[in-house]
Order: sequence, then structure tokens, then C-alpha cells
Amino acid sequence: MTRSSDSEVDIEIERYELTEAPRYTFEVDRRDFMRIFGAMGGGLLVFASMPGAAQESGRTGQQTVSSDVSAWVHVDERGHITGYTGKTEIGQNIRTSLTQAIADELRVTIDRVSLVMADTDLVPFDQGTFGSQSTPRMAPQLARAAAAAREMLLDRAAAQWNVERSTLAVKDGRIVGPGHSAGYGEITKGQKLAGAVPAGASPSRIADWMVRGTPQKKVDGVAFVTGRHRYTPDITRPGMLYGVVIRPDGYAGTLGSLDDGAARAMAGVTVVRDGTFAGVVAPTDRLARKAASSVKAEWRVSADLPSSQTVYDHLKKTATTGGGRGGAPTVAGDVSAARAAAAWTFDASYRIPYIAHVPLEPRSAVAEWSEGKVTVWTGTQRPFGVRTELADAFRIPETQVRVIVPDTGSAYGGKHTGEFAVEAARLAKAAGKPVKLVWTRVEEFRFGYFRPAGVIDVKTGVDADGRITAWEFDNWNSGPSAIQTPYDIPNRRIQFHQSESPLRQGSYRGLAATAKHYVREMHMDAIARALGVDAVEFRLKHLKDERMRNVLTAAAQKIGWPKASSTNRALGIACGTEKGSYVATAAELSPAGKAFKIERLVVSFECGAIVNPDGLTNQVEGSIVQGLGGALFEAIEFAEGRLLNGSMAQYRVPRFKDIPPIEVVLLNRKDLPSAGAGETPIVCVAPAIGSAARNFGTVATELPVKLV
Amino acid sequence: MPSYSVRINDRTHQIEGQPDDSLLSVLRYELDLTGSKFGCGEGACGACTVLVDNQATRSCVTRLAAVAGKSVTTIEGLAGTPLHPVQDAFLEAEAFQCGYCTPGMVMATVGLLRTNPEPSDADIARLLDRNVCRCGTYPRIVRAVKLAAERMRKTDTVGAKVEVRR
Repeated sequence: MTRSSDSEVDIEIERYELTEAPRYTFEVDRRDFMRIFGAMGGGLLVFASMPGAAQESGRTGQQTVSSDVSAWVHVDERGHITGYTGKTEIGQNIRTSLTQAIADELRVTIDRVSLVMADTDLVPFDQGTFGSQSTPRMAPQLARAAAAAREMLLDRAAAQWNVERSTLAVKDGRIVGPGHSAGYGEITKGQKLAGAVPAGASPSRIADWMVRGTPQKKVDGVAFVTGRHRYTPDITRPGMLYGVVIRPDGYAGTLGSLDDGAARAMAGVTVVRDGTFAGVVAPTDRLARKAASSVKAEWRVSADLPSSQTVYDHLKKTATTGGGRGGAPTVAGDVSAARAAAAWTFDASYRIPYIAHVPLEPRSAVAEWSEGKVTVWTGTQRPFGVRTELADAFRIPETQVRVIVPDTGSAYGGKHTGEFAVEAARLAKAAGKPVKLVWTRVEEFRFGYFRPAGVIDVKTGVDADGRITAWEFDNWNSGPSAIQTPYDIPNRRIQFHQSESPLRQGSYRGLAATAKHYVREMHMDAIARALGVDAVEFRLKHLKDERMRNVLTAAAQKIGWPKASSTNRALGIACGTEKGSYVATAAELSPAGKAFKIERLVVSFECGAIVNPDGLTNQVEGSIVQGLGGALFEAIEFAEGRLLNGSMAQYRVPRFKDIPPIEVVLLNRKDLPSAGAGETPIVCVAPAIGSAARNFGTVATELPVKLV
Repeated sequence: MPSYSVRINDRTHQIEGQPDDSLLSVLRYELDLTGSKFGCGEGACGACTVLVDNQATRSCVTRLAAVAGKSVTTIEGLAGTPLHPVQDAFLEAEAFQCGYCTPGMVMATVGLLRTNPEPSDADIARLLDRNVCRCGTYPRIVRAVKLAAERMRKTDTVGAKVEVRR
């Protein structure tokens, strides 16, 4: 766990999503300034470092900035402002919200600002775009750099005009003072100014925000509604060829024999073999697919692989106790004694299936080699991580690898790895020409990765006053994070058990929190029902955190808790916190045969000070819709090394007809720093629906929510 | 290789290809019209939606031979400046996040409004149900469709271009 010094927010990052990228020290000396100026033209360049990192201040470019530079801002000779960040735009709309931060500090409208994102040759190192970190950590970095740039422009103008600096002000992108007015471009013209954000400098107070805090449209929205934006699969390079990788029919298999004679006989086709890797390259996509399908490969698949039915036993059976990722339990008080002394005890075991991200843009890459250096365009959340993967795969220095991430057709935690980039680069190297590789939808399902499946056992004890005194929570495989309970319970034992996962698994929107919140909130609901007490009152009785209490109360009020809108309908509710933000979701259901229909969803959300209210509402709505999939029908089915529903037609994702009215209540806490919002709203959808469904019958302990 | 005459965005193209080449691959690979997206290749996500003789059609499961002599409109052929009212409505409602489904959604909406100029929420859900927005902006897309429908009806009755705020 790390503590972010600027946001006071604890962030847990799933251990398996960090592949230990080598420590990277970004050093910028005068030559680098000159190189960057060479690329950008003259003007003013300001570097920002993560708080706590060693920094040097200065304004003339004489010093060496050698620290964890995290972002920089450039003001060119025409007064146009460009921010540089390693974050990626994957639909969460940070291109807009980060632009707001820069524009705000430099007192310009957002059309005066552009962002260069996720091009490893142009931007500072960044660990990746995950964990809802862009808003709490990257936005303040860019804001500090922009604020420092503003101050340097003031200094410069005062010197040029030989006036007191205090007589000058910044307005609409100009420096103005008695008898003087000049645009930023005029002040930086013909100059090459560089500097770092002074230690201790902070961006504007939230109360002084002008551009942040106001609704802003997606900055380049027109490029998307016209189809002009080029995602990775849309990129072409001169002389580019098309690649296809030879793969097994199932999700698993090691290559046995391979007969590529027919493919080799095809004019224009290159067959690439390297160890267990096999692929083909051809001048057209059509020919590449024809050649690939002509390859006869035998794959060895081990016997007795778990299925989606047996996986839960498998996860428990293969668990490692102690050591490894499992580690020791978190213990408080004496849970056994508390259980023994309890007036009531409750035990339950829940099962969480694997689910798929299904980003609409498939994993893809375009790779091009030139003089030993490879450039790869690819949709990934970790451009620098993929750069390392490429450098390792080809045994070349990272300076010989450039990764460029075009704004990407979504990821949801599913694009942390770069195997498709490595595959495209391997094919391009063999072919001696640029190669495009676009995974098919079937490849996406079989060879991407899933949200982990898991088993979660919960055992509790409640005293005669209806207060929970004991909380035991054992989680097999569904991720170690988000495992602690926000409820005030004196005796606890909470443990993550690492298991062997038969399917490839990794990060997902909200990480492990979707599973944990489902179980925790369904169990809270079960206890409240058994005790015959109100589910909201029962939670409030165990909640000290004022922010959590506020979102829960807001959602309950909005949906009309505890009364449904008509007698045959029923309500359910759940609350949670993750990544420094807070959510409560309430559902109203009606019975529909042996199942139920969702009539209405209410979600209240609080993530500190709101940067872009409309963008935030959009993210909250989107999270709720994605949460509906896992709550209602998403689950990967598999047996004998094959996926049984690994296609778009078979794997059901939410569509128009599945969407009930969704009402979003945003709580704006201008007294608190902004936290990220792309993930947390997803976590309470399933338990809100599940707890409402309990009014119609017994709800299965396995997701998706269904009546048994 | 056989050759097919296809009218694409008001220009006639002679396209050499196999009869079962997908229209989407022709658009993307032969003509570099990449606004129509590859999402699933199964006709199940709608990211590749274009108009064939004014009907919303999934181009990834449409054979080249089947569009011979027909008229195809892609997102690139929809409008220049100003934008089509449907595109304006999507911008105004911010009916997207990552935008990958957007060209297909826009084309499906244009097709829908040609046959049903005043769709209800239920009509929209039914008629756009084969288009997936994995980011989940469905409520906004419904708003955008209704906004566009309203404006296009006005344009039709007044017979003049409606000024659209952007």
C-alpha cells in the first residue's frame, strides 16, 4: 500500500497487475532541454516532479533536472500550450479533464491547450493508467507545471518591461499591467526557457477553480463522431503488411507438430517460426488469414483441466496458505471468542465467475523497424511497461523502442500487457516491413485475460444488541485488494488465499472490489433480514466514516427507501468505498415470472471536488451499465481447455434493452481533493440488485444474480 | 480476380476482390475508409454499421458480391462541414466515452431515423439493440437519437437547415 502525499488517499494496487517494470530514472540535462526544444520549437518548458522526489528549482535552464519528472508543460512562441503525460486516454476522458487543469492554471480557455499522451519518446515515464490515479496524481502534476509556467511568464514580462511584478496580472492568456499587454507567445518569442516546478509549489485552491469544476465536452469529440480519429487498428504505414498468429483452438495448448508447407507455397506470404511462436505475414489481410488457416498445427492440451463448474473447488484445493501472495491474515481482536459469545452467527460462501472486459477495440498493434529501433502503435494502459516487454523480448535497450498509444477504444483494466505488440514486432522483424496485427474477437476472448474467479467465505457473529462483533472473510483468488471491511467491527480475521487459476486473469475495472463488495454487502443484507432490521439503519449503525454515511443516505433518500414505488416492487441497497471515492447504489425491482426486472437504479457518488460534472456523470453511468453485465448475465463458461461462450454472439454484454432508468446523484466535496471516478461506481450494482431480489425468493450464492 | 462496381459515398468504385470478401475489409483495407470499425467480425456489435441503399447494415458480415451495383454510405460520406444533425446530437449529448462504437451508432441512428422519424425510447432500444457501447453510454445515445430526430423533423417541416449549437 502506498500513500499519496497530495491526496491523502490510500491506494491499493493489485499485485498481479504490476509486472515490476524496472526502475526508470528520467534525467534531463541541458542537452535534453535542447532536444525537446528542437522538437517543439522555442518557448517555455516547465517540468513537474512527483511530490517527495528530489527536485531543483530554477528558471533559466542552467540546472540539471534529475528526478522523477512526471509531466511537463510547454508554452510555444505562438502562445499555444501543450501538456505532456504518460497517461493514456481509453474513454475515461482524462484528455479533457487534464486539459482543464492546465488551462485553469494558465488562465486560458481549453482550446488553447493540447495534450501529448503516451508516446514513450515524447513524454516522461509513467507506470500506467490504472487504479484511478490520473485525477488524484497526474492532474495536480500538470497543474503545478502550468502554475509554475504562469509565474515564470510573469517574471519574464516584469523583467522585459522593467516594471514591478506585483503590478502585473494574468488574464485570458495574456500578461497585463499598466501600459502593457502581451500574449504568452510574445513573451516567449525567440527564447528557450526551461525550469522546474519550485519545491513546495502547489496548484490553485479548489475554491479558485475557473475551468475545473465546470462541465466540458470531450476536447476532440468531433474526431470521434466523424470517424476521423485513428485507433491502432486504423493506422497504416507505407509498405505495411498484415499479420496473423497461429494459435490453438482452445484457450490452452502447447505447440506439437506444425505443417506450414501450404502457407510457404503462397506467393507473398512469409511464415515466421521462432520457438513456440508461429505466425504468417502477407500483403493483404485476406491472404494472411488464408495462409494462417492453411497451417496445420497440433496442440497438446493437458487432461483434467478444471471447468467453469469445478473451478471453485479447484481454487480452494490449490490455495497456498501463508507465504506467496496469500500472506498472513489481517487480525483484530479475537474473532473466535467473539463468534462463541455471539447471540447469532451467520455463515455463507459465495462464488464469483471469470468475466471478460470485451473492449470494443480488439488488442492490436502496428510495428515498424528502422535501423534497429522498433516503433509500435498499440492500445495499452501501460505504454512504458510494453516498452519494457518489447526491449526484453528482442534483447534491445529501451532507447531502441518507441511505444505510441493512440486514444484507445476502451480497456477497463484489460489492456495492461503487450503480447500483441511483441507479436506484431516479431512479425515485422521477420518481414522487414511494417506489420499490422489485429486480434479477432475470438482471440480476444481466448488469449486476453479475465477478471479473476473466486470463492469468498464469510462468517460473522452478532451480539444481543444487533451489533456485529465478529467478521471472518476468506477470499480465494479474486484478488488481494479491497478486502478490508469499512464497517466498525471489533473482532476481525480477513485473509486472501492465492490459488492456481486455470484461466489467464488480471486487472479489471474496480479491480477485486466488485467481488468483495458483492459478498460483503449481500452478507450485511442477509444479517439485517435475519434480525428483522432496516438494511440502511443496520449499515449506519456500523459506519463511522461520514463520507460513506452520506452516500448511503443520499441513495436511500433518492429511491424513497424503505418504500418501493408500488406494492409489488422491492428495493435493495449497497454501499462501498474504493480508490478514495464513495458510492451507494439502490435498485428497485419488480417480479417477472421466476426472475425479476430492474425498474430503476439510483447511484450516489462522491469523489471529492468534482472536476468535470458532465464527464463524471458519464463515467458513473457507464460504470453502472458495465456493472449490470456482471450482475445479470456475464460469466465465462469453459471446459476441457475451451471457452464455451468465447464470442460476441455467445458472451452477453449489456445492450440498450437491458438498461433501466439510471439516476445519478453527485455529492460535490469542494473541501476534499479530487479522487478518480472511472472504477468505483461499478462495485455496488450487483449487491443492490441481489439484495432487492431477495424480496422475491432465495438468491443464488453465485454471480450473476439469480433466483433459485 | 472478379471486379465489382459499388457506389461508395457518391463515387463509383470498381473493386477487385473475392465475392465473399467482407464489405468492411474492402472499406478499411482497399479504400482506407477506417471510420467503420472492426469490433467482432460476427455482426454482433454494430461497430461496422454503414448504410447500404439507405439501410443500416453490418458491413463485417456483408459480402462484397452482395453490394455490387448498390450504394454504400460510410461515416466518411455522411457529412462534411457542417456535421450531420445526428453527429451534432451525439456531440451535444456527449453520447460516447472511448468513441469506438460511435461511427456505427451514428450510422445506425441515421438508418433508424429514415424509417422511423419519431422513435420512442422503446423503439430506439429495439432498433439499436445490435449495436454495443461497452462503455455504457446507452442513456446518452437514446437522448442523442431523440434530439436528432426532433431537429430533423423540424428541418423537414420548415424546409431549411436548422442551426445547431455546438
